[in-house]
Amino acid sequence: MRRPGDDRHLDGNAAAGQLSMIFGVDVTAAEGQCAHCGAIDRFASAHLYVGPGLVARCPLCEHVLLRLVAAGEEMLLDLRGLKYLRFHGSQLQESGG
Amino acid sequence: MWRSGTVIALRDETATARTITLQIPDWPGHLAGQHVDVRLTAPDGYSAVRSYSIASAPDQDGRIEITVERLPDGEVSPYLTTQVAVGDPLELRGPIGGWFVWRPEQPEPIQLVAGGSGIVPLMAMIRLRRATHGGAPFRLLYSVREPDAVWYGGELQLPSSDSSVSVTYAYTRAVPEGWPRRPARIDAAQIASMTWPSRLRPTCYVCGPTSFVERAADLLAAAGNSPDRIRTERFGPTGERR
Amino acid sequence: MAIISPGFSGRRAPTDSTLPPGQYLTAGFPVLSAGPTPHVPLEKWELTIEEGTDVIRRWDWTSFRSLPTETPTVDLHCVTRWSKLGTRWEGVSLDTLLAGVKTEAAFALVYSYGDYSTNLPLEDLLNKQAWIAFRFDGADLEPEHGGPARLLVPHLYLWKSAKWVRRIKLMSRDAPGFWEAFGYHNYGDPWREQRYRGD
Repeated sequence: MRRPGDDRHLDGNAAAGQLSMIFGVDVTAAEGQCAHCGAIDRFASAHLYVGPGLVARCPLCEHVLLRLVAAGEEMLLDLRGLKYLRFHGSQLQESGG
Repeated sequence: MWRSGTVIALRDETATARTITLQIPDWPGHLAGQHVDVRLTAPDGYSAVRSYSIASAPDQDGRIEITVERLPDGEVSPYLTTQVAVGDPLELRGPIGGWFVWRPEQPEPIQLVAGGSGIVPLMAMIRLRRATHGGAPFRLLYSVREPDAVWYGGELQLPSSDSSVSVTYAYTRAVPEGWPRRPARIDAAQIASMTWPSRLRPTCYVCGPTSFVERAADLLAAAGNSPDRIRTERFGPTGERR
Repeated sequence: MAIISPGFSGRRAPTDSTLPPGQYLTAGFPVLSAGPTPHVPLEKWELTIEEGTDVIRRWDWTSFRSLPTETPTVDLHCVTRWSKLGTRWEGVSLDTLLAGVKTEAAFALVYSYGDYSTNLPLEDLLNKQAWIAFRFDGADLEPEHGGPARLLVPHLYLWKSAKWVRRIKLMSRDAPGFWEAFGYHNYGDPWREQRYRGD
């Protein structure tokens, strides 16, 4: 659902660095299902909004998939908007190289 | 997870863009299309982090190149493009990203579409392709404001020994002398004539500011490319990530 | 232990005693958001004050714009550390909107068009501390900055100044909004540097 002139979002690639601190592997190639509308897509395709925290939204229905907050000494991760994230075996190795 | 690299070379690509070569001990290597997060820290502990795509193809020597554009209101880019010196340390995290990458094992034709600074990760793919023998053919559609805004121009003009990469430019504000088109954003006609026909089922990589990526991805999909074959990476409205 | 970048100081003004701790002055007006910009046609826009299931007050754009307005000049402090001083707005004071409302509620939960919300004590909306603002710097408020109308509560961090404001629920019990429920401070006083829960 694209609104005209709405170019304030990035995509899942922009969250990959921070998420790698938690997941230890790359998340962008993982497949995720939106808990709200059921759409399935690579996490890289999520619409990413940069505010006080990071909010990743379903590119189809714009419901929140994931929220990430770096709050001083701690990081908080809310995954309720994702029914699952699916990683292929090859994605579970160290990325790169 | 933060590593420290050393700046070993600097090269100006244009009046406002500079390539920084970093030597990084224990660098695990990277895939073409990945990026790094660079962190700058002031003496009082204040820090700023920005993402930059790796411009260089993977090499064995623990070196990477990033190309940074100086943004007028930027916090990090003015430092990286005007203050950083050879020998300085630079802290970085990465390599990052597993979807917006090209591997030489991919058999299908590759369509690259770059808007402005979005050329950087695609350049890593092109450089890797040129270093690889017998890979799939590449096409690049590179949209820039004007001829002086082209990055890696000399290198892109080099004929490949096997014509593996063909390059088309699209100019949005000013065209070179004698150019057959007026300045314009990319459109359906250019996609139809300059990109791989969708029946060849290419994998498309689109990178640049969000509005460019949305438009280009829509045009590629309208031309018959399946959305799951169109991979995108968005930079911020000004081309900066974050 | 981070490595110091030689010569880097960031985009910061020299120490300015008029800024809350940890803030720096910005020349621009950064746009941060938690979601897509809603596009609300003025003929569909409404603002309500509710308590429980009751709608106590409702304005459409015409009735809202016929209310008396004020032109506050205020400083903005974002939890992401930028501050912008002397910003000029036009809006309707919450004192005007809540005039005559009888309630025992001590808290408010403010909703935006879209799924954003933020909470604050009701007393922080009163006594010349808050407006529903529709003009910024002499022009209609741009959608990316919260137009047609946003809440403006400058004594708290800017995430409390909900963009695209739609509804104010009066609550007898405090309930956290979008960011307060997820790591950010429940109150958010920049002068006490209340950025995160636990500060």
